[in-house]
Amino acid sequence: MLTNESLAQIDREIAKYPAEQKQSAVMSALRIAQQEKGWLAPETLEFLATYLGMPTIAVYEVASFYNMYDLKPVGAHKLTVCTNISCQLQGVDAVVAKIQAKLGIGFGETTADGRFTLKEGECFGACGDGPLCLHNNHTLHTRLTPDNVDAFLEGMK
Amino acid sequence: MPLVTIDNKEIEVPAGTSVIEAAQQLGIYIPHFCYHKKLSIAASCRMCLVEVEKAPKPLPACATPVADGMKVKTRSQYAIDAQKGVMEFLLINHPLDCPICDQGGECQLQDIAVGYGGVESRYAEAKRVVSEKDLGPLVATDMTRCIHCSRCVRFGQEIAGQMELGMPGRGEHVEVMPFLESQVNNELSGNIIDLCPVGALTSKPFRYHARGWELSRRLGVSPHDSLGSNLTVQVKDGRVQRVLPADNEAVNEGWLSDRDRFAYQGLYADDRLTVPMIKDNGRWIEVDWATALAQAAGALRVLKETHGGDALGFVASPAATVEELHLLQKLARSLGSSQIESHPLERSAGRGQARWLGMPVAKVNTLDRILLVGSTLRSEQPLLAARVRAAVKASAELSILHAANDTQNCAVANAVIAAPSQWLAALTEIEQALKGASASAEAQAIAASLKSGANKAVVLGAVAQIHPQADALHTKAAAIAAACGATLGFLPVGANSVGAAVVKAQSGDVFAAPRKGYVLLGLEPELDCVDGAAAMQALATAECVVGLTAYKGRAPEYATVLLPIAPWAENEGGLVNMEGRLQTFNAATRCQGEARPAWKVLRVLGNQFGLEGCDFDTVAAVRAEALPDGWLEGLNNAAPAVDLGAAVAGAIEWLAETPIYAVDAVTRRASALQATAMAAAPVATANASLLARLGGKTTLRVRQAGLAVELAVRQDDRLADGVLRIAAGHPHTVSLGARMGVLEVEA
Ligand code: SF4
Ligand code: FES
Repeated sequence: MLTNESLAQIDREIAKYPAEQKQSAVMSALRIAQQEKGWLAPETLEFLATYLGMPTIAVYEVASFYNMYDLKPVGAHKLTVCTNISCQLQGVDAVVAKIQAKLGIGFGETTADGRFTLKEGECFGACGDGPLCLHNNHTLHTRLTPDNVDAFLEGMK
Repeated sequence: MPLVTIDNKEIEVPAGTSVIEAAQQLGIYIPHFCYHKKLSIAASCRMCLVEVEKAPKPLPACATPVADGMKVKTRSQYAIDAQKGVMEFLLINHPLDCPICDQGGECQLQDIAVGYGGVESRYAEAKRVVSEKDLGPLVATDMTRCIHCSRCVRFGQEIAGQMELGMPGRGEHVEVMPFLESQVNNELSGNIIDLCPVGALTSKPFRYHARGWELSRRLGVSPHDSLGSNLTVQVKDGRVQRVLPADNEAVNEGWLSDRDRFAYQGLYADDRLTVPMIKDNGRWIEVDWATALAQAAGALRVLKETHGGDALGFVASPAATVEELHLLQKLARSLGSSQIESHPLERSAGRGQARWLGMPVAKVNTLDRILLVGSTLRSEQPLLAARVRAAVKASAELSILHAANDTQNCAVANAVIAAPSQWLAALTEIEQALKGASASAEAQAIAASLKSGANKAVVLGAVAQIHPQADALHTKAAAIAAACGATLGFLPVGANSVGAAVVKAQSGDVFAAPRKGYVLLGLEPELDCVDGAAAMQALATAECVVGLTAYKGRAPEYATVLLPIAPWAENEGGLVNMEGRLQTFNAATRCQGEARPAWKVLRVLGNQFGLEGCDFDTVAAVRAEALPDGWLEGLNNAAPAVDLGAAVAGAIEWLAETPIYAVDAVTRRASALQATAMAAAPVATANASLLARLGGKTTLRVRQAGLAVELAVRQDDRLADGVLRIAAGHPHTVSLGARMGVLEVEA
């Protein structure tokens, strides 16, 4: 299911907890699996459940709680825009409207060419620099406006 | 101990008690949804908010431990405001569809909204809608009504030991659901219906049948396993509409297995026998009771006079009541017959001995070490399995000897998985290991486990009791128990197996040599006997078969007289459960048609023969005679004196268990239970290497003695090598003959 490198990484995470607390490694295991597979398919969740000795539904609970985990395939560029209150107050709605118009997709959708996915995010904890957009779970873009969105998207071509 | 004041009443409670529990002891009710005395604390609903002096905000009573000098107010304006606020939030997304909701009238949300909520909602926006989940044939869902108390989820995790439901999602998107499209299959799943404080989870078979207030309630005792769960039988229009648990901490702890809960549907099967019938020149005709009884008595009398009393065999279900079995054996003995069978699913020569759990049921939770021999516990005794799980959670070590390493509901410390013919050897090794002799690693591990710990038990299950070497296994298990200071226990097969033995309704071997005449009480011989095929053959050659039965089933094939008797909800009497507890019950509904309680039928039959001492007026009078003072002393698990002969081994051994929903005539007719995955048509399962030896086929033609049976094959590597697991107690597998035998597979 997963490559030996991924399994070795997961094993390293498991080793951080007492043997009977293996399931504490579930978040890391999900991250590692998603890194390899691009997204978390049901089979991947089932595999991890068996690997960690926990019920599949419990793995699914974790995977569906955090929005950095993708339970559907995503495009090459996953954009997660915060729509919580602070970003809202700083005008994120206009930014979102611009992105949506430009890419022709709504939240939770992927462009036909498979390049962009747009997701709705929860507070990233950097409200002072809002509106915020997280690129592929790792790079945070700050202070977006309807005007700088174009340049921001161009940079991802 | 901390002294707390709740609503100006003082109470001293042990440290660690929560405010809600302390209040309960004072008789003060604090509204709550997620709190349940048998589940962990989630503190997720916030309905139990109370005012605590000096606390800066209202605190959840369920999750707040008492502290010395604490002053709690549950009805102050501050507390009431908090409760009103929570109620308003809970109702924001609740559909308020009470008129079409099955929970209406018995809904905690309804009651608490009336008692603690506001009159109007200020919420006018759109409500959230949650898509329906298909949880299978037993539990209906309306998930939009869910208030996310997580009781159903915690029940699976904590009590059943199988987490089938979870709460994926976050915030407003949280939904209670199983993973993907799976259904809820756990054998205790019906309890989530009782736990759900709203109408999100309701009983599918009961759906839209009645309102709670239209139902009359009677206490009952479940006849489907030897725990004897206490029931509240709910009746409307003379029909059982629903079965709920009745609280009895010592027996079922307020839970029910799905079998206890849903088997009632079988009472209304199409083939209920409601009128006496006799076979007249090959045709079945309906007659009145007098004619049928006279015919039955006449035929039996002729047989007795020409062939002697032992030409008559008497066979009863081990779920028949104490009174019925007492009268049956009395009838048999006075006709000079010693051929009485009430343990038809056991192989022990001494099955007339009243073997029991050896300890109170409640003590199972406190065991430290358990060795379970030949028991498919979760299907034999589902709620006892929950107690074993509770013991294991509290640090007990469970060891098992079985032919299948099934998924248990708890951690298994040690398992010996071996073909049944190897079980005696496996027990012998454990005994050796206990004595310090050399033995296999598994035997050593089990011995080491059994040597430690204070409260221990060695328990023999239904498979051990139907095993060809049942007596030898008993002897060895007794030796192990003696060597490690454990209690020896049995899991009696039927609801009244213990009672049947106590009233001496067991002697002889009824089907071993076919009899001229038979009297059958409440069982379907082809499905309820060690060798159903042989039983059917014996019945086919008999001249007279009097069937006291609630169902026609296949009885018209072999019977000559059919007498309609009352199944459990229409019957009255007593059952002795696995711990030797006599539990009595009255009829919950009137009998259907002409059916009568079997004790009355047997009494009249006795009168027909002019038997002395058959003039009982009440069932209690029969019981008083059946169970004289001191009857409990008859319970006895002592090992019989047997020669530990060699096992009958063969290349393919039949692991023949009764599936969970095939244990008796009523359950086999309960439509919702029969629609579950656990009641699927029998297949043959075997491990990879046996399958390879059998040529890797997808279907097999299997036989023992009689006709071959064709079965689909599945691989299951949890089985010991050389074992073919095929469900018994199913019409399709009757012709395989004696259970636990050696099978042949046709090429
Ligand atoms: S379905 Fe019922 S028991 Fe389960 S979380 Fe919802 S309200 Fe609670
Ligand atoms: S009962 Fe206390 S928070 Fe739910």
